[in-house]
Amino acid sequence: MEKLKKYVSFLRLRFAMGLQYRTAAFAGIATQFAWGFMEIMVFHAFNSSAPDAFPMGFGQLASYIWMQQAFLALFMTWFMENEIFDSIMDGNICYELCRPIDIYDLWFARSVATRTSRALLRCVPILLVAFFLPEPYGMMLPLDITTFVCFLAAMLLAMTVTIATCMLVYMLSFFTVSPQGLKLVFAMTAEILQGTVIPLPFFPPRVQRIMELLPFASMENVPLRIYSGHISGGEAAKAMLLQVFWIVVLITVGKLICRRAMKKVTLQGG
Amino acid sequence: MEHSIMEKQRKSSAVRLYFHYISIQIRCMMQYKKSFIMTTLGQFLASFNAFVGIYFMFRRFHSIAGYTYGDVLLCFSLISMEFSLSECAARGFDRFSSLVRQGTFDRILTRPRNEILQVLGNNFELTRLGRMVQAIIILFYGISQADIDWSFMKVITVVITILCGAAVFSGIFLINAALCFFTLEGLEVVNIFTDGARQYGEYPIDVYGKRMVKFCTFIIPYALVQLYPVKYLTGRSDSLLYALIPLAALLFLLPCYALWRYGVRKYKSSGS
Repeated sequence: MEKLKKYVSFLRLRFAMGLQYRTAAFAGIATQFAWGFMEIMVFHAFNSSAPDAFPMGFGQLASYIWMQQAFLALFMTWFMENEIFDSIMDGNICYELCRPIDIYDLWFARSVATRTSRALLRCVPILLVAFFLPEPYGMMLPLDITTFVCFLAAMLLAMTVTIATCMLVYMLSFFTVSPQGLKLVFAMTAEILQGTVIPLPFFPPRVQRIMELLPFASMENVPLRIYSGHISGGEAAKAMLLQVFWIVVLITVGKLICRRAMKKVTLQGG
Repeated sequence: MEHSIMEKQRKSSAVRLYFHYISIQIRCMMQYKKSFIMTTLGQFLASFNAFVGIYFMFRRFHSIAGYTYGDVLLCFSLISMEFSLSECAARGFDRFSSLVRQGTFDRILTRPRNEILQVLGNNFELTRLGRMVQAIIILFYGISQADIDWSFMKVITVVITILCGAAVFSGIFLINAALCFFTLEGLEVVNIFTDGARQYGEYPIDVYGKRMVKFCTFIIPYALVQLYPVKYLTGRSDSLLYALIPLAALLFLLPCYALWRYGVRKYKSSGS
C-alpha cells in the first residue's frame, strides 16, 4: 500500500504539470480539428465514388476519426517522453536510479499521467464541436450504455498497451547511444499497423486478419471500433481479451529487459 | 565596377559558406552511424506508410472524385518532392525558436553575413538527404504511373511546379520563424500548413471541396503548385495558363519575406 502511494503522488505531480500547458493545448486542438476535417473529406470523396465498397457506415467512420483526434494523446506512439531519452543520453538518469523506486513502474506512472492530462485538456472541445457538426460528418452518440462502458474499458486497456510498447523502446534505449532512430522506426511501424494511416477495416480482409493479431491492433483500433459500433458483442470481447494478453506479455518482456539493462547500465555524459 | 566584383565575390563565398556549414554537419552526423541508418529507415517507413495508405484505398475504391490511382500518385510525388526540396533548404527555421529564446540569434546578427544564410547553415540534417532520395524515387514512380502525354511544355511545367512548390513551403517555414520574434515559441498551428499540406496534398485539392480550392489558390497558393499543373499534365486542360500558373505562387514569398524583415527590425533580444 505504502508503495502504491508513491506512484499515485508521482502521478498527481505529473498530472498537474501537464495541465499547465494550456496554450499548447489550444494550438493542438486547432491542429487536430484541421486534421480530422481533412481526413473525413478524403474518406467522403472515396465514399461518393464507390459507396458499396465502403467497409463501415460513414457515420461510424466519422465517429472513429473524431474520437481518434480527441484522444490522440492516449494512443499515439510518437508521444514519447523526450525527457526520458535525454536523461538516458546525458547521464541524468543516475539521479532516478538512486531512488528506492522501480524505474519501470516509475516511468509507467509518468507516461500514464502525461497522456491522460494531455488527453483530458484536449478532448472536451474537440468532442463538443464534433457532436454538433452536421450529419454525416459529425460524431454519433454511442448505441447504448453497454457499448459506452465497453468503450471506456477498451480505451483504458488500449492506453496500457500503448504505454507498455513505448516502455520497450525506453528500455532498449539503454543499449544504444542515440535512440532517436529507434524511436522513429517504432513509431512508423505502429502508425500503419494500428490503423492511423487508414483504419484496419479498409485493408483487404486477409491482410486485416493478420494485422488484428499483432499487438499494434490492440491499441486505438479496439476502442474506436467499439465506440462506432463496428464491432460489438463476442467480437468486442475477443478483442479485449487479446488486449489483456498483450498487456501481460509486453509488461513481462519490458520488465525482463529492464532488469538486464540495470545490471549493465553504463552512465553517459558528465 | 569594383563594387560589382566585390558583390560577386561575396555571393560566391556565401554559397561556399553554406556548403561548408553542410559539410561540418555531415561529418558530425557520421559519428553516429547506426543512429543515422535507423533514422533513414524510419523516414523511409514514413513515406512508405503514406504510399501503402493510397495503395489500399485504391484497391478498394479504384477512383476518387474522378481521379485515378496514377493521378493521385502524381500529386503525391510532386508534393513530396516540393516538400523535401524546401526541407533541404529551409527546414533549419524549424529550430529557430530556440535560437531566439537562448539569445543565439544576437550572435548571428553581429556577423557581417546574411542572417537567413546563417540560420539555415547552422541546422542542416543529413537525414534530409535521405528523404530527398526517396522523394526522387517517388517522383519517378509517380510520373511513370500517371497517364501523361509528354511534350516539351509538360516537362517545363513539371520543373517549375516543383521549384515553385518548394518556394511556397519555404515561405511557410520563413513565416513560422518570423512569428518566433513575436511569440518566442514556434506555433504548432503552422504545422497544418507544412506537414499537414504534405500529408493531405497527396490527393488533388478539389477533393476537399470548393472552398478549400479557393483558399489554396488565393491565400496559401498550394493549388497553384499541385491542382492546376496536374490538370494540365494529365490532359484535363490544355490551357497554357494552367501550365505556367506555378510561377504566380512565387508572389507568396513577398509577404513572407516582409514579415521576416519586420520581425528582425523589431527584434529586441531575449535569453541570457
